[in-house]
Amino acid sequence: MTTPEKLRAYWRANLRILAVLLGIWAFVSFGCSIFFADYLDQFRIGGFKLGFWMAHQGSMYVFVLLIVVYVWLMNRLDKKHDVHEE
Amino acid sequence: MSVQTWTFVIVGLSFALYLYIAYRSRASSTSEFYVSGSTVHPVHNGMATAADWMSAASFISMAGLISFMGRDGGVYLMGWTGGYVLLALLLAPYLRKFGKFTVPNFVGDRYYSQTARLVAVVCALGVSFVYVAGQMRGVGIVFSRFLEVPVDVGVIIGTGVVFFYAVLGGMKGITYTQVAQYCVLIFAYMVPAIFIALMMTGNPFPQLGFGGTLSDGGGVHLLDKLDGLSTDLGFAAYTTGVRPVIDVAAITLALMVGTAGLPHVIVRFYTVRTVKAARSSAFWALLFIAILYTTAPAIAAFARTNLLETVKDAPYAEAPGWFKNWEKTGLIKYEDKNADGLIQYYNDKNTDPDFLARASAAGWQGNELVIDRDIIVLANPEIARLPNWVVGLVAAGALAAALSTAAGLLLVISTAFAHDFVKCAVKKDISEKGELLCARFAAGGAVIIAAYFGINPPGFVGEVVAFAFGLAAASLFPAIIMGVFQKRMNREGAVAGMIVGIVFTAGYIVWFKFIHPELNTPAKWWFGISPEGIGSLGMVLNVVVAQLVSRFTPAPPAEVQEIVERIRYPRA
Repeated sequence: MTTPEKLRAYWRANLRILAVLLGIWAFVSFGCSIFFADYLDQFRIGGFKLGFWMAHQGSMYVFVLLIVVYVWLMNRLDKKHDVHEE
Repeated sequence: MSVQTWTFVIVGLSFALYLYIAYRSRASSTSEFYVSGSTVHPVHNGMATAADWMSAASFISMAGLISFMGRDGGVYLMGWTGGYVLLALLLAPYLRKFGKFTVPNFVGDRYYSQTARLVAVVCALGVSFVYVAGQMRGVGIVFSRFLEVPVDVGVIIGTGVVFFYAVLGGMKGITYTQVAQYCVLIFAYMVPAIFIALMMTGNPFPQLGFGGTLSDGGGVHLLDKLDGLSTDLGFAAYTTGVRPVIDVAAITLALMVGTAGLPHVIVRFYTVRTVKAARSSAFWALLFIAILYTTAPAIAAFARTNLLETVKDAPYAEAPGWFKNWEKTGLIKYEDKNADGLIQYYNDKNTDPDFLARASAAGWQGNELVIDRDIIVLANPEIARLPNWVVGLVAAGALAAALSTAAGLLLVISTAFAHDFVKCAVKKDISEKGELLCARFAAGGAVIIAAYFGINPPGFVGEVVAFAFGLAAASLFPAIIMGVFQKRMNREGAVAGMIVGIVFTAGYIVWFKFIHPELNTPAKWWFGISPEGIGSLGMVLNVVVAQLVSRFTPAPPAEVQEIVERIRYPRA
């Protein structure tokens, strides 16, 4: 049986995961693709300027990866704190 | 075979498929009607969510908007997919654990208040109706061009089909129909994109191709060529931003948060069995969505390049067939201002003296061509001279996108009405059969209203859509988030926050869009934020007000705190 302390620890770990993932989320979208886009445009990957590529492609790839990582981390966390579903 | 015949065949076959699936999986109980009895596999649910969520706006309008906006068009790409991350991380698992059918249901129970429930019902209904109107306009455009039937007849055919499978099938019918619609729409979107990417850059992946070099052997990058073509005609370079950075950020945030607050998307996460499945559904959905969303900017760049090359100083008499066809629908307009028989398409608002000198030396007397942004995706296969069956396929894909979203929205409207309004507020002892009947009536009524909007589209669909996102961002999203993450948040705080958020956002939009459209300029906006982005400020206000009010009012009752505690753990 899970104790209240264990549940609180689970919730804190959950909030930490969310904070890190959403930090990356804000950094790639608002950071790289909007506020620093002009600066990043001086670098190129092939025919793309980097800031443009982040706004039109890169940020979306990162978003998909963020959810993959989230699913993986949370499934592991559920098991560790014994709150996973049967 | 002609474009029209192909369209009839492909659209006809796809409609027959949807109806067959809806008939095979029709609902028999309220729980099957609302959430399909929670028995849908995560991959299927992901596909259905993707189809539900990618509307006519995503399929038809988005690439067109981007091709006219350049880098700034990224707000739609990031706004709509980035909102999905919020949805997956902050909402989906908890709402699944909560286990009720609708968004107003969560708000009503969590804030132990009929007022909160009714405010949420009003928001959900308002957002959904605005969306349905947008879908129906999309259906109208497709039918009027490709079937060459009057728009009215087209809309009536479309609403008939939606009525059949949303009203009879319920969520179960819709889910499997939407899986089929996802397959149709993604195939229809990718085929022309791959063809065009191969033709223009020799790379079969559109996502890579638009960063490649042109296949004419000159070694010039496509985007550099496009930047050059754009600046030659007085437009900003395609790959640079024009809008103020603060406004771009505000619009992106409003679209993200608004997306996460859309009731018809949230309700999807009730259709899987477990919290674990809700999380993985969100992953599959975003993956399926990203296939289309990463292709859209490639289509935008290809279409813009093709378009500028085709019309630049071309003789009007020799304009290609697609040009003449779309002119008939009124979505392309040409006026020979300097009577030279050529098409001059350029930015006549440009005030750069060098450019003005060049324009007047060339004898240009104003821009002569007006192109509706909504036609870019639909006309793209014709502009690139792809075979006729591809054009028919794109029509079927656009209809799949519009119909799947319309069906999901109608379901939200009918459940919000039957379950949250009638059952919880008007007639508490209604039988399950009566509730199901009520839901079907509400869906039927909503279909008729939607058909009316399709035939008489409000002239301002763009504005109204901004309105929907703003409202969802400023009302539902913060209320749900605080409900999950802040145990101390109480009824008074949430209701005050939602009301302040809605009134502020709606007031700002109405002021600048409807009462004083002449003042709608960056200099007059608060903090440089346009009405499209104001939902993000509305959201902040909502949160601030809710925090303040909840400090000075009693904490929520113990059993509500108990609910909040319970939804945080997958099993507890």
